Amino acid sequence: MVKVAIYPPNSLVLGDLIERKGHTVLALQKAMSKKVRDPEIDSPPMNITEEDPLKGLKYAAIEVPSGVRGRMSVIGPLIDEAEAAIIVDDAPIGFGCIGCARTNELTMFCLRKKDIPKLELEYPTNRDETFDFVGKINKFLDTLDEEGGN
Amino acid sequence: MVKIALVSCGTEYSGIQKEIEKAALTFGAEIILPEIDLDYIEESYTKFGFSAQSSSLKLMIARAMSIVEGRCKADAVFVASCFRCAEAALVRNEVRRFLQENSRIPVVTYSFTEKTKADELFIRMEALVTTVARRSILAREKQEGLTLGIDSGSTTTKVILMEKNKVIGTGWNPTKDIMESVYKGTEQAFAETDYGWDDLDGIGTTGYGRITIGKELNAELIQEELSVNAKGAVYLADKQKGEATVLDIGGMDNKVITVNNGIPDNFTMGGICAGASGRFLDMTSRRLDVDITELGPLAVSGDYRNAVLNSYCIVFGIQDLVTTLAAGGSKADVADAACHSVAQQVYEQQLQEIDIREPLIQVGGTSLISGLVEAVSTTLGGIDVIVPDYSQHIGAVGAALLVSGLGTRQEDKKA
Repeated sequence: MVKVAIYPPNSLVLGDLIERKGHTVLALQKAMSKKVRDPEIDSPPMNITEEDPLKGLKYAAIEVPSGVRGRMSVIGPLIDEAEAAIIVDDAPIGFGCIGCARTNELTMFCLRKKDIPKLELEYPTNRDETFDFVGKINKFLDTLDEEGGN
Repeated sequence: MVKIALVSCGTEYSGIQKEIEKAALTFGAEIILPEIDLDYIEESYTKFGFSAQSSSLKLMIARAMSIVEGRCKADAVFVASCFRCAEAALVRNEVRRFLQENSRIPVVTYSFTEKTKADELFIRMEALVTTVARRSILAREKQEGLTLGIDSGSTTTKVILMEKNKVIGTGWNPTKDIMESVYKGTEQAFAETDYGWDDLDGIGTTGYGRITIGKELNAELIQEELSVNAKGAVYLADKQKGEATVLDIGGMDNKVITVNNGIPDNFTMGGICAGASGRFLDMTSRRLDVDITELGPLAVSGDYRNAVLNSYCIVFGIQDLVTTLAAGGSKADVADAACHSVAQQVYEQQLQEIDIREPLIQVGGTSLISGLVEAVSTTLGGIDVIVPDYSQHIGAVGAALLVSGLGTRQEDKKA
């Protein structure tokens, strides 16, 4: 079983495909769910406080807008934990998104530069491409089984 | 309860959502998020025409569109995006313009960091709620009756007496005991006329001491300085329609307010560095042994490029100016360098945070220093800077203007 990071980090489709193959998806929703259940923090809606953009300084400099650093404080640790990654380029909002183009660029860069097995795909735009898209993801996930995430 | 629609690309990710909601609640308002579906985002963003990369900015555009199209019922809009994000700054300003051009709903914009505290948001929320609750007052373009405006600032207390749309009396005093300074200023204003307290139709107060003074004098209008100063400035500059920027470089703090049709829609305030304030010019005039009123014309006759000024700091900057004088530099060049130093620091600390809209109306005591006005214009690439009459009394003029029509003291007496 391999921990797989995804981009977009909250894509339900990618998460489902990964879990079906028995791997662990490093999804944004799981990280957020831990935050919102923390009884010690009361900063609705997502319990992100002013401390979180400071934690994001590990991934982006102080001159980077606070919204990017706040997002990276949640996404960054997922990337750190990743043993494999699937990146989908040019996906529409409904497929998953974190709202900020600068965070998107940084997230993809951090995943690409990590020395782990990676699969980067274009978002499919028709039926054939979609079959191919899912086939490639499944094949990649099977490879991870064989390689054990190395 | 006043409903304020939050149109933002992610205040919740910067850890300031709670602060925004707290600030709104303080002024009897609640924050609402315009609900829209995915298809509407695509549709409205295409209609709007700005190709933003960030999906939250597309959402921001769609939320603004839903307000304009009446899908979301909001009394006011708070448009916010991260400080230092170029894409968000572009969208924020275009969304603001779009809302103002297509609706009568008041808008305030803000660029935030994670360190934004509720008190920084208070004055914006107060101004928004005021604009909603007192739209008819802010729509006033002409002064009527006999009204008194009092601006109790941290350094000085300004008093203005107005009648028939004209200033007929002025008062100006250092703020010591709050009420004593008011009475002294009012005496000065009345002294220029035959009127007294009993002849007034209404009293308006603004500034730090506005509530204390307002209660003591039973003022008909007690108003925060953001709305009042903006209104006073556009009234005196005769720019009540369209856009403008109001700049007040004060003795202790600086304010920059952007205005649309006389109503403020963004604001920035600084007060952490004396080198960016009128105090720097006050110290320069003392070092040059000239009266502060002579500093402006002296600066205009000089050239700042001939004076070495390596620091903006009130301590080290003044030392640099003294060194220039010791090396045989002229007083005029030093005066000009001091004006440029303040203008450049105001630009770097504050003006970059806000979308400057022409004309720039410079107000406050420092607007009387012509060298500083010229330096501000030069720093902003030769922008048109207007210094209206009574610019040093701007808050008091705004208060006297806005209270007219509210005061019924003379009618009450007859009744």
